[in-house]
Amino acid sequence: MRARISWDVVCTVDDLVPESGVAVWTEDGPVAVFYLPHRLPALFAVSHTDPFTGKNVLARGITGDLKGQPVVASPLYKQHFNLQTGQCLEDEEVTVKTYPVLLDGNNVRVEVPTVNKESAAA
Amino acid sequence: MSKKTLIVIGNGMVGHHFLEQLAATPAAADFEIKVFGEEKLLAYDRVHLSEYFSGSTHADLAMGTADWYAENHIDLCLGEQVTGIDRDKQTITTPMGDYGYDELVLATGSYPFVPPIKGNEHPNCLVYRTLEDLDSIRASADGVKTGVVVGGGLLGLEAANALKSLGLEAHVVEFAPRLMPVQLDTDGGALLKHKIEELGVQVHTEKATTEIVEGEDARLRMNFSDDSHLETDLIVFSAGIRPQDALARSCDLAIGERGGIVINDQCTTSDPHIHAIGECALWSEKIFGLVAPGYTMARTLASVLNGDQEAAFTGADMSTKLKLLGVDVGSIGDAHATTPGARNIRFNDEQAGHYRRMVISEDGKTLLGAILVGDNSHYDTLLQYALNGIELPEQPETLILPESQGGAPALGPDALPETASICSCHNVSKGDICGVIDAGCSDLGSVKAETKASTGCGGCAALLKNVVDSELEKRGVEVSKDICEHFPYSRQDLFNIVKVNGIRTFRTLIREHGKGHGCDICKPAVASILATCWNEHILATDHVPLQDTNDTFMANMQKNGTYSIVPRIPGGEITPDKLIVLGEVAKEYNLYTKITGGQRVDLFGATLSELPDIWEKLIAAGFETGHAYGKSLRTVKSCVGNTWCRYGVQDSVGMAITLENRYKGLRAPHKVKMAVSGCTRECAEAQSKDFGVIATENGWNLYVCGNGGMRPRHGDLFATDLSDEELIRTIDRVVMFYVRTADRLQRTSVWMENLEGGLDYLKQVVLEDSLGICDELEQHMADLVGTYQCEWKTAVEDPEKRKRFREFVNAPSKKDPVQQWTTERDQRRPLVEGEPA
Ligand SMILES: Cc1cc2nc3c(=O)[nH]c(=O)nc-3n(C[C@H](O)[C@H](O)[C@H](O)COP(=O)(O)OP(=O)(O)OC[C@H]3O[C@@H](n4cnc5c(N)ncnc54)[C@H](O)[C@@H]3O)c2cc1C
Ligand code: HEM
Ligand code: SF4
Ligand code: SF4
Ligand code: FES
Repeated sequence: MRARISWDVVCTVDDLVPESGVAVWTEDGPVAVFYLPHRLPALFAVSHTDPFTGKNVLARGITGDLKGQPVVASPLYKQHFNLQTGQCLEDEEVTVKTYPVLLDGNNVRVEVPTVNKESAAA
Repeated sequence: MSKKTLIVIGNGMVGHHFLEQLAATPAAADFEIKVFGEEKLLAYDRVHLSEYFSGSTHADLAMGTADWYAENHIDLCLGEQVTGIDRDKQTITTPMGDYGYDELVLATGSYPFVPPIKGNEHPNCLVYRTLEDLDSIRASADGVKTGVVVGGGLLGLEAANALKSLGLEAHVVEFAPRLMPVQLDTDGGALLKHKIEELGVQVHTEKATTEIVEGEDARLRMNFSDDSHLETDLIVFSAGIRPQDALARSCDLAIGERGGIVINDQCTTSDPHIHAIGECALWSEKIFGLVAPGYTMARTLASVLNGDQEAAFTGADMSTKLKLLGVDVGSIGDAHATTPGARNIRFNDEQAGHYRRMVISEDGKTLLGAILVGDNSHYDTLLQYALNGIELPEQPETLILPESQGGAPALGPDALPETASICSCHNVSKGDICGVIDAGCSDLGSVKAETKASTGCGGCAALLKNVVDSELEKRGVEVSKDICEHFPYSRQDLFNIVKVNGIRTFRTLIREHGKGHGCDICKPAVASILATCWNEHILATDHVPLQDTNDTFMANMQKNGTYSIVPRIPGGEITPDKLIVLGEVAKEYNLYTKITGGQRVDLFGATLSELPDIWEKLIAAGFETGHAYGKSLRTVKSCVGNTWCRYGVQDSVGMAITLENRYKGLRAPHKVKMAVSGCTRECAEAQSKDFGVIATENGWNLYVCGNGGMRPRHGDLFATDLSDEELIRTIDRVVMFYVRTADRLQRTSVWMENLEGGLDYLKQVVLEDSLGICDELEQHMADLVGTYQCEWKTAVEDPEKRKRFREFVNAPSKKDPVQQWTTERDQRRPLVEGEPA
């Protein structure tokens, strides 16, 4: 089977929490979607899985900016991750996976690689 | 080269300090070292002996460890009294045998003097010098009412405080016409007596005891020469100390006329191979009954044995600053103006209970001595003038006048010469401090670690901080208090900005007073400030993103991403029905159940989406949130108190519940813990809490700023015998002052240590209202208490807020696949990584 790409609708604008994150379940596993209304772009999507512990918690971290980069702090051991690049600020070797995300009307769509799927979402 | 043998007799404070000093020199390698101690316990801090009654153990007070002795190859023989010295054969004798020496050090300290009064051999006549003495006093005080201390000096008053803390009615009997005749004058002594009597210790001056006989209402009766008498159950003699020179006498070393082993500037006795240090030694016809001079002798002798020809003991300053039964007393230099031509300046405020006296030289240029009672805040400055001979200002009286009457501000650290002694316990001068700062120390902590300054009696802490701050500043080290890169302010600054400008959201604050978007440092700090100022629900839309996950979801995140739930159980009191509900809920959701250290029940392993359902059930059964997740009041621990306990004197559970219900939910810079004990036995361990309350016959004693954790600290006695209302008012004020002025994540202990003026300052603010803000603090607290809501109740009732608890917003029934479980001791727990399911 060949891997394909789909823009999945993961939630609506009403589900988002300004300045914070929510977790969604996608074909690629758990993803954290952040809505930072005072920035452009305002939407970010990264893996919900904290790379240091393997636990699904990143959407519940505190967001903000450090040296101009948009970041989320892991709620478990407080490492910071750049929301655009996924880079961990405390450890060069560690990154979280990032996903393209966009607003389509009222729907939030995240671009995830999908496997074993007959057709992409229309 | 074969090693020489060095024997030290006496394992007390000075003996131990000597070994520490010697071990740090190359000479240590030349000696086979043996130490004999008559006491069974390793050297301990006698200066803080009384803390043994407030919960410290020998381990807390110990100066070193057996391991340290072993690592330094020092042979430590405890419980082995040396009974003889043979100077010709160079041997000493103990009940276990004879030992040869090349060099011998006597560090035998002193023993309490018991006046030759008929009847003083009664088993309930005791002394106050060793931990064993304190055990005897405790045993003797068990179940009785009254205790008398004979002797109104420094130690006597400390002993009286100890009797009081054991729940006895305490008396002090002094022969002289005033208390502390050595250190104080008539006015000072009278004020001290007044203050101490206010605290419930009765003072009898000018009383000569003629005999001690069987009592009628108590065990003993003391008859006085004026035909009066006093009944008491036990007597503690504290009528001065005598140098322990028995061994030296028996081998004919030179002894002073009134006792003490004569030493020269090198701390060597009349025998060149025998040395003496500490309280047993007599230098220039003086005995030094304080620990600092003993340490100086110990350092001198260590240098001498290390071959330093120059090392010499040249006397020591005997100035003292202490707190006796909570009353400040200070005595500096020539307090009694015995220097010819000396003149006095006195300031006596009977209203406030402050007495200050300066003794100045005939030409008015130098300070010779001083006496302070009731307020030691002038001590450091006066001591520096006296010790360093700094020229007095034109109008010297400004040094002791209150600032409102034209008093001069404290002597700035800049005015001190390099040689000024900052810490006398460890002999650290201002020059030493500059030295380590130049060598790279850049904060108070490292200066302390490097020089040991302020790690002895602690009396120099405030001065040390001033010197370090000012020296760092001079070197251009900016002591930054900025909370993070987004705000150029400290937490306290931000608090004031929010309060004064009526700011209600983080957005407004950062837009007007900061930059960027915030981070996980400033957001929770501001959330806490906003909560204190306006007490809005923490899940109000604007506040949600500011909080740490624990605050956001009102539960504590555990290592696998699930949460624990801790319902409030005020004072640890719970009905069987409620206990059953906890059990049922835990069973239904398969929650691991454990009793916490704060007398409540913790339920572990709830997923995010289960939290509101669980809370719905708990709230229906009458539970409220326990704020275990918040920087706020945790629990008020209590013992069972006089409702059940045979010893209890107040209802500790009732008070704990009152306090817990009053302060629950209050947001603070860090967590706050409290406890209430029903009597002096302190079963609730209240002194290890931020606020510790201990019942007395007459009310409550309040201890503040204690904590457990990584760096445990006992609380400081703040106020005594408070009524219920006074207790609550006092706690209201301290809590509110803390909430308003502390730094982010600063617990009460560190906050208090960092307040300029420390505990004394805090007392002035809270008990004397020196800033005139007490009304405001109380009002603020009343507002907060009035607007309390159970956050969980508000959350489960609001469908919008409940939405936040969806684990995956697009898949409500999806279970997080990484949470895997196993069973241990009949309960569910998370699987450890790599462990088979
Ligand atoms: C309650 C109290 C409060 C005090 N408060 C202060 C204070 O605030 N500030 C201050 O500066 N000082 C204070 N002091 C005084 C201070 O504790 C002493 O100055 C200090 O302990 C002296 O140390 P040292 O080693 O000379 O004597 P010690 O600490 O008494 O040690 C002497 C040791 O030698 C042992 N010994 C004696 N003879 C023999 C023998 N023949 N064989 C074997 N061992 C022997 C003794 O058992 C003892 O353990 C206080 C003392 C007390 C009791
Ligand atoms: C029953 C008899 C006495 C008792 C119980 C008693 C109590 C005490 C105590 C406890 C101390 C030691 C202070 C300390 O530990 O710091 C002391 C010292 C002193 N007392 Fe009294 N006292 C008595 C007799 C006297 C007499 C007769 C006088 C003289 C008027 C007096 C005046 C003093 C003085 C000057 C000192 C300091 C002595 C020194 O240098 O150590 N006291 N007394
Ligand atoms: S502290 Fe409490 S439990 Fe302990 S003895 Fe006193 S009243 Fe009893
Ligand atoms: S002591 Fe350590 S392991 Fe135990 S609860 Fe506290 S932080 Fe966790
Ligand atoms: S003076 Fe005692 S610790 Fe510094």
